[in-house]
Amino acid sequence: MKQLSVEHLLGIKYLNKNDIDLIFETANHFKEVINRPIKKVPSLRDITIANLFFENSTRTKLSFELAEKRLSADVINFSASQSSVKKGETLIDTVNNILSMKVDIVVMRHGNVGAGVFLSKHVDAKIINAGDGTHEHPTQALLDSYSIKETLGSVKGKKVVIVGDILHSRVALSNIFALKLQGAEVKVCGPTTLIPKYITSLGVEVETNIKKALEWCDVANVLRVQHERMDIKYFPSTREYTQLFGINKEILDNLGKKITIMHPGPINRGVEITSDVADADQSIILNQVENGVAVRMAVIYLLAQQIKR
Amino acid sequence: MSKKVLLNSKEIEIILHRLACQLIENHDDFSDSVLIGLQPRGSHFAQRLVKILREDYEIQGLDLGLLDITFFRDDFRRRDAPLEAANTQIDFLIENKKVVLIDDVLYSGRSVNAALTAIQSYGRPEHVELCVLIDRRFSRHLPIQPDYRGRQVDAINEERVTVNWKELHKKDTVYIENK
Repeated sequence: MKQLSVEHLLGIKYLNKNDIDLIFETANHFKEVINRPIKKVPSLRDITIANLFFENSTRTKLSFELAEKRLSADVINFSASQSSVKKGETLIDTVNNILSMKVDIVVMRHGNVGAGVFLSKHVDAKIINAGDGTHEHPTQALLDSYSIKETLGSVKGKKVVIVGDILHSRVALSNIFALKLQGAEVKVCGPTTLIPKYITSLGVEVETNIKKALEWCDVANVLRVQHERMDIKYFPSTREYTQLFGINKEILDNLGKKITIMHPGPINRGVEITSDVADADQSIILNQVENGVAVRMAVIYLLAQQIKR
Repeated sequence: MSKKVLLNSKEIEIILHRLACQLIENHDDFSDSVLIGLQPRGSHFAQRLVKILREDYEIQGLDLGLLDITFFRDDFRRRDAPLEAANTQIDFLIENKKVVLIDDVLYSGRSVNAALTAIQSYGRPEHVELCVLIDRRFSRHLPIQPDYRGRQVDAINEERVTVNWKELHKKDTVYIENK
């Protein structure tokens, strides 16, 4: 019978190919569920989930909350900006206080790399990493791969280029792990200052010319420039970044083929991607958002299954 | 492990035709009725019934849906083995329709109970009936009884009733065996 090989979802690097297949298979069922007139199943009605967001989030938080509610779980939300964290409470204290309210699953976004791993070793609950610093964002990578599979039929053998701020992007790292695991070819493209030095050790190639990268690929996953994580200037100006790495309709029309455009959001329209590209029919950005709910339902359902009564 | 045949293919064929006739008696041309097979095993039974209704009794425009109840079961996290879901294919609404749920074996009644919750996602039916091939008497956990039954069987809990369909197992048979 099928079960995940892991007890928590801390990162894609802890998963194997069977886990990803199982998550996608389960997500297919949930995608059907969320397109029903009544979009809810009662599976998790005796499970309580805490969403702990120590960093800002709109999409991911809404998506997780919706997924949890569609599964009938009880949900409590926590944002660091409105909490005792500001008063000096430690992470373990905060979480243990929440767990003493009998919480079964913790979905956590945290600014520090490895926060999820740390928590999983110290508290008795299933942990789902919703982004830890610049490290991993596993559910985003899963929904990206799921969307590629849905659009192109499979991930295996597909050429995917990840464009933008690779250095500060947990989406990029999780995507690289997920895509390689499923047999895709991956290139990263961006200013050399925003590409980690040892990125090629993950089996990806580096391309600094956006036109060449797009000519090569089937799918371009375009990332946002994360100004908030930049302590120094990594490129001279946003205008220059847009000129060198921005994707516009003209570049796409001159490729001679139709590539799929993805973006994990939030989009800075006119910077990494122009509005007409974001809204073009080859862009699957909104499909990614819909699939996000189904994939997160699958992950939560599969982990909840391991919690014995 | 002892294995006893309860119904052979000829008997199953006769029962299928009888059930089809009983359904027609109550649902006429099925214009206000839909059939819903419970996945995975009830769907084969439902498809066979629909085939007979369409081909032998010329009922046109019959709606058949397949419903998976995995996410509605009451034993999630109470079993050792994880539950595996199957596809749900219902491309119509059941609002104000007469719904016939179809399953192969009625045992504890818990699957049917889950199905009654699950179909509510597709609207409010006018009423719901239950059609089963095998009704295991004396084993119900819930007050659920079939409206149409192929054969009633007295089997003890240590026994398992299995239905094989020719589409999957070459031959239609229902047999009873010790677990």
